[in-house]
Amino acid sequence: MKVSYYPGCSLHATGKEYDLSVKAVSSALDIDLQEVDDWSCCGASSAHMTNFKLSVALPARSLIAAEKNPGDVMVPCAACFNRLKTAQHHLRRDESLKKEVEEIVGGTFHDTVEIRHPLDIFYNDIGTDTIRDKVQKKLAGLKPVSYYGCLLLRPPEICQLDNYENPVIMDNLLNSIGAESMPWSYKTDCCGGSLTLGKTDVVVRLVDKLMTMAREAGANCLVTACPVCFANLDMRASENVRLPTFYFTEILALALGLEGPESWFRSHNTDPRPLLKSLNLL
Amino acid sequence: MATFLEEVNEKINGVPIQACYHCRKCTAGCPVAFAMEHNPNKIIKMIQMGMRDEVLNSSTIWLCASCETCVTRCPNNVDIARMMDVLREIAIESKVPVKEKRILKFHEAFLSNIKSGGRINEPMMLVNYKLRSGDYFSDMAMGMSMFMKGKIKLISPRTKDMKSVRAIFKSTGA
Ligand code: SF4
Ligand code: SF4
Ligand code: SF4
Ligand code: SF4
Repeated sequence: MKVSYYPGCSLHATGKEYDLSVKAVSSALDIDLQEVDDWSCCGASSAHMTNFKLSVALPARSLIAAEKNPGDVMVPCAACFNRLKTAQHHLRRDESLKKEVEEIVGGTFHDTVEIRHPLDIFYNDIGTDTIRDKVQKKLAGLKPVSYYGCLLLRPPEICQLDNYENPVIMDNLLNSIGAESMPWSYKTDCCGGSLTLGKTDVVVRLVDKLMTMAREAGANCLVTACPVCFANLDMRASENVRLPTFYFTEILALALGLEGPESWFRSHNTDPRPLLKSLNLL
Repeated sequence: MATFLEEVNEKINGVPIQACYHCRKCTAGCPVAFAMEHNPNKIIKMIQMGMRDEVLNSSTIWLCASCETCVTRCPNNVDIARMMDVLREIAIESKVPVKEKRILKFHEAFLSNIKSGGRINEPMMLVNYKLRSGDYFSDMAMGMSMFMKGKIKLISPRTKDMKSVRAIFKSTGA
């Protein structure tokens, strides 16, 4: 299947393991990715927190560019996903805003592509049966908690990904490759996101709470689907509570026997290799 | 002249905030309420009472992480997350002293980085943030370690058609 690809800035920098693992898994699942031509940043929280029109116009520029490619657009970063979906929502709902933004951006928004997260594409288009059949190494002993965070699910009428208080698609994907996803009630709690630089102490407190609760649930690692969540979990947790964190695509790649996981794990701040070695998974 | 309440409602352009009946569900689920000067629902009350300066000067509007938990759970669909965006916009426009300067400096550094390259270049953005905020030393060790792991690159691909990006910033007044 052909899908266009909006990596966003993070995936070309601190989230490079996510970029590489999304591409590796997509190719193993016969998903043909074509990068959106000359995309620009979505503006993230800094745009919508300070300038509404900018927060619609920046994503609109990239959405219009994505309309040139065949298929829907895959957006792996939860923050980009949320900003693009929100901009699309406003452009659909408000005709005069749409006109104004089209003028600002210098292009026409035809509304022909759906904005989709790889969790959705892997789960709903490929399916757990197909993925289970391709598993080379069952991830026995790996007990992750799935961490969805805020921006994949809220607000639900915009994101429309999964149940917003108890999402399950990441859990089901992880179970289909032999891991044992642990139930917990912090799947959609916030990690503090962009406050990480301006207000680090708040983020440390939120991340430590998540780690503590993951331990209480019996987990030995956390799995995320967002580079912002990943950066906070991987780097901000206090030493006495921290657990390794993975992108869900890294874990999929490991189970599918693809090239790359070991080198991606090397660049994590909290090294997951000792855990994987103790489980004979590396 | 419009009251503060009318000004905020007009910018929100959705459910008027006086639909709130102060059940405090928003505050109960807010991940950063513990650090806020005034709880989210209290801000609504303060706006209704016309306490413009107190609201715009408060740390609350900058600490909100935009996690959208409040609006998702509110029985009256009051969009507190959007309200916080609006309050930040008004605070910037009316040039009131900002309580959480570093958070605003972060947003400014972030946006100016997009304005100059179309995409975020993390080291440039960090340097810019540090110059603006005066917060020179935190995270230095972490930055070095990410640099060594090849996660931070000094040069990263930019958007080619920068003219269109600059035009967006110009016409949105950003
Ligand atoms: S969310 Fe972050 S990384 Fe993604 S495009 Fe927007 S700013 Fe860049
Ligand atoms: S969990 Fe954290 S990083 Fe992830 S979406 Fe929420 S605030 Fe953003
Ligand atoms: S949840 Fe809604 S109604 Fe309840 S206090 Fe908050 S804003 Fe008001
Ligand atoms: S959006 Fe802001 S106010 Fe609402 S719950 Fe999240 S942090 Fe609190």
